Amino acid sequence: MVSQQAAATVRLKVRRGAAGDAAPARYDYFEVPREDGMVVLNAIHYIQSHLDPSLNARWNCKAGRCGSCSAEINGRPRLMCKTPVDSIEGEIVVEPMSAFPLISDLVTDVTENWKVAAMIPPFTPKTPNSREWRFYQQDVDRSREFRKCIECFLCQDVCHVVREHEADYVGPRWVVKAASLDMHPMDSVNRAKFMKDVGGLGYCNITKCCQEICPEHIVITDDAIIPEKERVVDRHYDPILWVYRRLSKRVPKGEQVENGVMKALKVAFWGLLMAPVVIVPLLYLVMAFLR
Amino acid sequence: MWSSKSATAKVGVGDRTYEEKACDVLIVGAGGAGLRAAIEAFDKGAKTLIVCKSLMGKAHTVMAEGGIAAALGNVDPKDSWQVHFSDTIVEGQYLSNWRMAEIFAKEAIERVYELEEYGALFDRTKEGKISQRAFGAHTYRRLCHIGDRTGLELIRTLQDQVIKRGVPFMDEVALTRLMKDRKTGRVSAALGIDIRTGKLLLFRFKAVILATGGCGKIYQVTSNSHESTGDGIAMAFAAGAELMDMEMIQFHPTGMIYPAGVRGMLVTEAVRGEGGILTNAGGERFMSKYDPKRMELSARDVVARAIYTEITEGRGTKSGAVYLDITHRGPEYIKKKLPSMYDQFLEFAGVDITKQKMEVAPTVHYQMGGVRVDPETCETTVKGMYAAGEVACGLHGANRLGGNSLSDILVFGRRAGEAAAAAVSGMELPAFETSDVEAEISRVLAPFSVTDGTNPFFIKDEIAENMWKHVGIVRNEKDMTAGLREIERLRGEAARAKAVGGRAFNESWLSCLQVADMLLGSEAVIRSALERKESRGAHTRSDFPQKQDSWLVNIITVQREGKITHETRPVPKIPPELLALVEKE
Repeated sequence: MVSQQAAATVRLKVRRGAAGDAAPARYDYFEVPREDGMVVLNAIHYIQSHLDPSLNARWNCKAGRCGSCSAEINGRPRLMCKTPVDSIEGEIVVEPMSAFPLISDLVTDVTENWKVAAMIPPFTPKTPNSREWRFYQQDVDRSREFRKCIECFLCQDVCHVVREHEADYVGPRWVVKAASLDMHPMDSVNRAKFMKDVGGLGYCNITKCCQEICPEHIVITDDAIIPEKERVVDRHYDPILWVYRRLSKRVPKGEQVENGVMKALKVAFWGLLMAPVVIVPLLYLVMAFLR
Repeated sequence: MWSSKSATAKVGVGDRTYEEKACDVLIVGAGGAGLRAAIEAFDKGAKTLIVCKSLMGKAHTVMAEGGIAAALGNVDPKDSWQVHFSDTIVEGQYLSNWRMAEIFAKEAIERVYELEEYGALFDRTKEGKISQRAFGAHTYRRLCHIGDRTGLELIRTLQDQVIKRGVPFMDEVALTRLMKDRKTGRVSAALGIDIRTGKLLLFRFKAVILATGGCGKIYQVTSNSHESTGDGIAMAFAAGAELMDMEMIQFHPTGMIYPAGVRGMLVTEAVRGEGGILTNAGGERFMSKYDPKRMELSARDVVARAIYTEITEGRGTKSGAVYLDITHRGPEYIKKKLPSMYDQFLEFAGVDITKQKMEVAPTVHYQMGGVRVDPETCETTVKGMYAAGEVACGLHGANRLGGNSLSDILVFGRRAGEAAAAAVSGMELPAFETSDVEAEISRVLAPFSVTDGTNPFFIKDEIAENMWKHVGIVRNEKDMTAGLREIERLRGEAARAKAVGGRAFNESWLSCLQVADMLLGSEAVIRSALERKESRGAHTRSDFPQKQDSWLVNIITVQREGKITHETRPVPKIPPELLALVEKE
């Protein structure tokens, strides 16, 4: 928090411009009267009704519940409705999310997310009649954290894979979604294959930016992404588990997992072969050089 | 998968062209009612299309916190649909449609289990069943809940079902008017704006389901979302539908009061359901004066009036509120049962509710009135037009019970979807008049050609201020008449509302159109409130403080020759076998 003797006004620098504009994007500056408990979205509303009605912003609940008013505030992805102006010293810079196509001023096009949502294998209950379901609060609590997600897509915005590489990675939001389904006590689908082959989970290199900025405080990387990565490894890259599952008949013949095992076997084979052929003469060379 | 490149096509400000979209059933709104209706219509084989004003998944349903009311009897085995029915009728002050209440109480149970099968993850009892919590004026513990984020889970679950089925939807599309087949009087088309591009769209359909929510945004202190501007009510009314009981606006007893920026933000009733205690500035647990039996868990209208009385009679806190205290429950319990309340107070007000009392005051929450519908099919008085959820009227009477709205949207959303799909099977697309479309396009684009006009954001603020000041919790004829005069003046301002900027995502333009809807909603509320010369449920008049049997009527608002007129109709009589249930309680 800034000192109690804050200035009577708040100074905002807001990025302007729409898709298809001939002129490059510009910044407009506004002075807005400071009020008790004011958040950035209040300041944007003040601008619209008193200073410049042409300023466009997306918002809805103004209570941190719907996840509409996502923006970058002084470079950090945040919800405008949950960012007190007093938490920022000096000028407040408000810009649209940069990972998504710009529509107008602070509004971006996030609809690509719906296409990704449609790809994730849906909830598929083990048994149909929920009147007979019995499971316990601790089972619920595992998945509950992920269901706090308000789809503000700030995690997608901050993710460098989504943002800079245009890679085929679904992004943090959709790993959280998969985790929320995988950890539902009545779900019967394993999403590891999807996450490996389609979801591009391997692209995530655990920089944890998403969990740092999540306004719902979901511990995205530690609680969702890493367990999902572990599922992929268990299912597709662990030969011992694979042999165990085959012997206990938990893996049907011909499942993708064989690739992982074949790979592991190949590595072992070539490793053993290379040891005498390449590594031993190399060692002799090094020794000869050192002598 | 991802690209940050923008589309470059731009729509000219005066562009009158429109793109046509056709479907069997058009669903307007993607809250709980709209999504449930869409699932049903789609599953019944109708070519379904959803349009919604905000992004998919952001509708006002996400704001629902405490739970969904259904008599599963998991915690209190004595509970049954009969008791739920009786509670709904009694607390609605006998203004509810008995048939709607009956259907509702019976089918709510099925809808909750269905929601669980769709993937919603409810809190559990020790036996592993769906847990249920106490809520105001429910005889038994009845609210199935997902912490205090029940609405979010509900909308996300239905959204997943829509995506899974591949029901087509167009989000960020605002409809402006419904048009009819002149020969048959059936609604057949609607003009809309693709908000993201500013393009005009013409939707043609065989039936339309309005699931557009309420008009809570006509009030200054409100827990409602930005989008709750009453567009659906205004469109239905303009197309000739009857509105009913518009004076019945629910004030939620507990909204945040401090800081100013979050005034009106909801404090869930679950706080009281979990044992929260209300006290005035003097530390007195004042509910003992107003409802000694049910105390904090009395009906919402009773608690809201009690808090209002304490504050206006000078027993409130310095910031004009009363205290709500849950600290005795202990930090662990509070964080588990009321996680978003804990976050909300910490982040917005710097108050730790596990250690400190909350300051609360009433806030506008829900509109019990709305478009009159048939209880069985949800069809309005206009052929081909259906309505479900907050936009519709008939279930909640003069006061809605907490948790009844979430079951309402599922029960009647499903029914509307089913009825609409059945009605359109084998039907040809009805006709529409090109002249109606052209006239509407002119109206919609007019704000761009206003010079020296008024800022629409400013008019919105004025409407909300006027309603809060003149048609609040306690009403009287003098104030309401002044409020009505102000509405007339604002209507003049609205005619000169000016849009600035281009067509893409232009909030000032959309606001110009919304102020007209908000003014219609405001006028309907005030005129109905003037009409009802008694105090009943949420409608309290200082000049007519008593409840009177002669006012056991529904007030209908309808358009006759371009003018708003009112009629009163007796509430349909409850059949003896159901009346016996109510009297037994």
